[in-house]
Amino acid sequence: MKSKYSTERIYSNDEISKNVYRMVVEGDYDLKPGQFYMMRAWKYEPYLSRPISVHAVGDNGIEFLYQVFGEGTALFSDLKKGDNIDLLGPLGNGFDIEEISGKVAVVVGGIGIAPMYEVMKKLKEKDQNIKIDLYAGFRDDIYSVDYMKEYADELILATEDGSTGYKGYVIDLLDCSKYDYILSCGPTPMMKALKKMTEESGTKAYFSLEDHMACGVGACLGCTCNTTRGKERICKEGPVFLGEDVKFDD
Amino acid sequence: MMTNLNVEINGINFKNPIITASGTFGFGMEYNDYFDVSKLGGISTKGLTILPKEGNEGRRIHEVRAGLMNSIGLQNPGVKHFIENELEEMKKLNTVILANLGGGSLEQYLEGAELLDKTDVDFIELNISCPNVTCGGMAFGIKSETARKAVSEVRKMTKKPLMVKLSPNADDIVDMAVTCVEAGADSLSLVNTFKGLAIDIYKRKAIFKNTTAGVSGACIKPIALSMVRDVAKAVDVPVIGMGGITTAYDAIEFIMAGSDAIQIGSANFIKPDISMDILKGIEEFMENQGIKSLDEIRGII
Repeated sequence: MKSKYSTERIYSNDEISKNVYRMVVEGDYDLKPGQFYMMRAWKYEPYLSRPISVHAVGDNGIEFLYQVFGEGTALFSDLKKGDNIDLLGPLGNGFDIEEISGKVAVVVGGIGIAPMYEVMKKLKEKDQNIKIDLYAGFRDDIYSVDYMKEYADELILATEDGSTGYKGYVIDLLDCSKYDYILSCGPTPMMKALKKMTEESGTKAYFSLEDHMACGVGACLGCTCNTTRGKERICKEGPVFLGEDVKFDD
Repeated sequence: MMTNLNVEINGINFKNPIITASGTFGFGMEYNDYFDVSKLGGISTKGLTILPKEGNEGRRIHEVRAGLMNSIGLQNPGVKHFIENELEEMKKLNTVILANLGGGSLEQYLEGAELLDKTDVDFIELNISCPNVTCGGMAFGIKSETARKAVSEVRKMTKKPLMVKLSPNADDIVDMAVTCVEAGADSLSLVNTFKGLAIDIYKRKAIFKNTTAGVSGACIKPIALSMVRDVAKAVDVPVIGMGGITTAYDAIEFIMAGSDAIQIGSANFIKPDISMDILKGIEEFMENQGIKSLDEIRGII
């Protein structure tokens, strides 16, 4: 799974929920779940490429799930089948599928659900007996859980407006002590609260972090986070960090 | 027609005038997956300080129109760690190594220079222009007389070619350049990043914890180009120009403005092998224009 820089072709790019797109890029890919790509579909402007995590590797290529948030993702949302996109990757460490076993809670908030499809799929492919419960929290509209539940034993949903499932935060429904592993990606306040919960229950947790990135390959030191070992690069040592190692900023 | 891109600076031969700039290219290994970095003229290391530095808290990168702002704060493993670990790997990359040396005080610069002097690095690129550390760094690069002291003291510590990297934030960059040469600089590289400000209007706060940060990328190019020309005309040592170089066209402008070599910085983030595109573009321009050596066009403006 050597990282490379290449121009690839869009297979499909569909809006699956308001401002949330599922993009498929053609090609063969060998990577670890939780890794990401630096992506750009323009020459010079916006200046930087955008780090997007891998959603799935499927029959038609690689899939990315992204939310339109700024200028770059808005340009991605305009791409059509047959358009070109530049990919640099796969990048980062990804999840250690070999290690994770037993009872697993995947805890996501909003677009943080993106990297977990491939993670859940690979865990189930490794061992059907791994129990995976998907805890997914959204602000209002829910997405992706319809096809991700294929790899979930239980699906626990929450929305902040109460339109689907529990009204409130999904971590309110989680008893960490029931699990061997917690895998999480979402807004920092959620992961920060979850870190505290997993420390109290003594449950091993992995967090997938994000940040603004420039190089994506560990050269510029623009995307560091604080860990018990000092500053580490989210793009290189991460984006997946062991819960007990990562320190969330106050 | 064979174009000759070799450049000699302070007795060191570069296979071509393309050097990747400090802070944008790590220690070179990070990019070897994407192209053969031995094809570069040289690599300037991440800014090194005598003691390891954790760098700045909070946001470190902010994109702006045609460029970016950074506030890394010279995060680095320290000069000793570099010498014992990264340097050996870097030497295998088979290109000229510029060790970029920063410091928080004169003593720190001197200790760093003393250690680097005993190594295989080809150059010491003295960084008196980092805008993102509170004490030192750019503090030495604003007033010419402060720089004179730092450069002349570091000069005594090393026999290696000493390149001084200038800040565009200097009170008077030409006076700064002349002063650094008087103090013993063998060559000059310019410009480092411009001091700039970005505000999060919803939080009503500066984006960066240090309030200001360094601006780089295409947006600074015309200003950097003008400074390089002014400095190249005022000094008789080699000048390494940089500031927003993104294309071969930009690179040739810097050469016409008097650069002996050029550095590619933020553009590495656009495309990891952009320096190879720039190199190829320079060769094509030379063939196309019947230029045998860059000496024919260097400093003609």
